[in-house]
Amino acid sequence: MDRNAHAPLRQRLLSWFILFLGGLYFFVPLIATIDFSLRARKGVLSALAYQRVLSDPRFASAFTFSLEMALLTVVVGVILVVPTAYWIRLRLPQLRPVVEFITLMPFVVPAIVLVFGLIRVFSRPPFLLTNSFTGTQILLVAGYVVLVLPYLYRAVDTGLQAIDIRTLTEAAQSLGAGWWVIITQIIFPNLRSAILSGAFLTITIVMGELTMASFLVGLKAFGPYMSQVGQNRAYEGAALAVISFALTWAFTMLFQFVGRRALGGDQAFGAR
Amino acid sequence: MQPSPELPSRRARSGTGWMVWIGVAPFFIFAALFMLLPSFSLLVGSFRDTQGHFTLDNIRSLFTPSILSAYSISIRISLATALGGGLFGFLLAYAVTLGGLPRWARDALLTFSGVASNFAGVPLAFAFVATLGRLGMVTVLLKTLGVDIYEIGFNLYSFWGLSLTYMYFQFPLMVLIIAPALEGLKREWREAAENLGASTWDYWRMVALPILTPSILGAIILLFGNAFGAYATALSLTGGLINLITILIGAQIMGDVLYNPGLGYALSFGMIVIMALNMAIYYVLRRRSERWLRR
Repeated sequence: MDRNAHAPLRQRLLSWFILFLGGLYFFVPLIATIDFSLRARKGVLSALAYQRVLSDPRFASAFTFSLEMALLTVVVGVILVVPTAYWIRLRLPQLRPVVEFITLMPFVVPAIVLVFGLIRVFSRPPFLLTNSFTGTQILLVAGYVVLVLPYLYRAVDTGLQAIDIRTLTEAAQSLGAGWWVIITQIIFPNLRSAILSGAFLTITIVMGELTMASFLVGLKAFGPYMSQVGQNRAYEGAALAVISFALTWAFTMLFQFVGRRALGGDQAFGAR
Repeated sequence: MQPSPELPSRRARSGTGWMVWIGVAPFFIFAALFMLLPSFSLLVGSFRDTQGHFTLDNIRSLFTPSILSAYSISIRISLATALGGGLFGFLLAYAVTLGGLPRWARDALLTFSGVASNFAGVPLAFAFVATLGRLGMVTVLLKTLGVDIYEIGFNLYSFWGLSLTYMYFQFPLMVLIIAPALEGLKREWREAAENLGASTWDYWRMVALPILTPSILGAIILLFGNAFGAYATALSLTGGLINLITILIGAQIMGDVLYNPGLGYALSFGMIVIMALNMAIYYVLRRRSERWLRR
């Protein structure tokens, strides 16, 4: 506050102007989309497009399918990341650069390339998975885990940093606890908010995801479903965009709320 | 940090040698199966013909005009949106952190940025069609004001239209990355500089910018990769009509263009090479600026 009071008037006006431009950029497309989604009935504003979307049985099934994939991604991601991050911190700190490099792979291999590689590897023996629906779902969840790995690993690792895992582990061991008890009853509960913030971010990313979903499971997932509806019916597409934005908003707020506590105000991308 | 005499006792309790590695085995098996193996198969595939012999033909086929132009458009869009988004994001972050705005403006901007940076793909494309498409709200509004933007050469489904759309997730990401760095600038540094007779310009040139350089470079490179790998937004917006490298790979996977199965591998390989170069530049630049900072 102190610093703000000292900023000269001209600078403050300029700041307001830049913020105004940013606000314009942010809100105009939203307003336009909401406006468009309400014009399905000619000449009047109506919620017709929303009624049509919500009464489409494929909407519910695609939505629940993607939500299931998101939750599976969270579960698999957490099971993979938490014990690994814990073990690296406790016993194998020399492996930390390797693991960090692996978690940053999605920044080098984009989703479209990864899904191409996954299809190539898993469409022939010895790892044939693309011939069954369960198999493609496994691939989809695996791909999503890779996509969210940078954020999830970082959230969990930062969470581990905040608790004294060495002392906790030794205390538990001296009371006779085995590794299973230590991980499930001591490490997991202490990482609750880090895991939760990772989960919200995962749901945000996975729910409308198109690239991997369209090549692996097609219209069963929410992203491809939205894409198809939008191609044929513009108003319903706009309504879906608004619904999707509301979801993104809700889960990002949850992520920021929990994440601020878990990561001490840090964002998913650290500045340093 | 820990006294070394404790180590043997702990080791004795939970096995020695290779036993320690079991703890990280699931993670490495997962990484090998779903990250390394797919990448490796693309690498091998791009140097192999249909009979499985070594060949450079796939790589050579990248150097045809249409594919080179796809790489070029992808790179230019990523550069334009990384630099544009980086600049605008920096200005926004500066405005709300050091520009004399009230605290709520900063909190609101960071929240909006968190939302917008995650808002991409299909719904983002729909939103921009509703805004700047031929019947979009802004297009129609400007038309009633006497400006037909499509008449004067704007097209949402072209390079600049796509760049404008990408900016919606690019500049918020910049805000998220750079705002904490700007807040990390200590007021004492500025006061010390001013006490030594530095002007605002001197302070920015010799103190603040060098400190911020690693963060800014890192952020811009991240934005570049973010746009370079984008597929869903471009596909939904243009219906696959824009010649981007990701769109080409998508078409290869769908089997639209079956005349050369090796081409998909080579396209992906080229993309990984560019992304890896991107990250390598980041590390070199950052190390250099850190070394410079230490002196």
